Amino acid sequence: MADHTPRIRVPKKAAKGDVVEIKTLISHQMESGQRKDKQGQVIPREIINKFTCAMNGETVFSADLEPAISANPYLSFYVKVEGPADLKFTWVDDNGSVYEADAKIAVA
Amino acid sequence: MSESAFRAITRRRFVVTVAAGSAAAAALTLLPDAPAQAQEASKKLEDAIKKAIGDKQPADGAGVIALDVPQIAENGNTVPLGIAVESPMAADNYVKTVHLFADGNPSPGVIAFHFTPKSGKAEAATRMRLAKTQNVVALAEMSDGKVLMTKAEVKVTIGGCGG
Repeated sequence: MADHTPRIRVPKKAAKGDVVEIKTLISHQMESGQRKDKQGQVIPREIINKFTCAMNGETVFSADLEPAISANPYLSFYVKVEGPADLKFTWVDDNGSVYEADAKIAVA
Repeated sequence: MSESAFRAITRRRFVVTVAAGSAAAAALTLLPDAPAQAQEASKKLEDAIKKAIGDKQPADGAGVIALDVPQIAENGNTVPLGIAVESPMAADNYVKTVHLFADGNPSPGVIAFHFTPKSGKAEAATRMRLAKTQNVVALAEMSDGKVLMTKAEVKVTIGGCGG
């Protein structure tokens, strides 16, 4: 489960002023810190604790995740397209790792 | 009857009596424990809400916040969770944050969605874990500082914690 591949679904094109849906998913076990292993030891918490979506360098949506979020956290949300958009998605892991993905929306 | 057999019976009786006694004691402690657990859960929820919004009093947001959760979730490991808050999402009037809590989980916090006017819509979805049947609480913090609250109960068939 060391492979934390982000997957994103973003429309390629949009009209100016459109509000478009964005769906994201990242492979991650989201270890809650509540589970115990076979020896009865608590498995330490390790989750994605923060997600950010920036459009043209400005944060437009973000989320603070808690251990109650399911494994392979899925997030869907909206952004308002006001021009050609460079989107940058960032996931922050408890262990300090940062996973990133990019997308572009062209304006027709 | 030999002495050892006699002793064995006494020992068995002793074990049975002790087991019955401790079961009764467990039952006794369990009975008043159930409301105490519920109280502890609502205390944890209150603390979490206070941490999120401070001392503000949330108003009823039933007509404004649409909390989209199933009535019955078969698998507590992945329960779909969606929220939509009615708002113009204009620069001076938008939904800043939606905090979500589950009052029956080991820790009540689920997620906080932070919106901006450029989100276009105060709408988001994810999937959460629920340990048992419980209430999901949504708090929407508006840009003018107002806080609205709504909640929904989700019945969980198989809990999503432990393992």
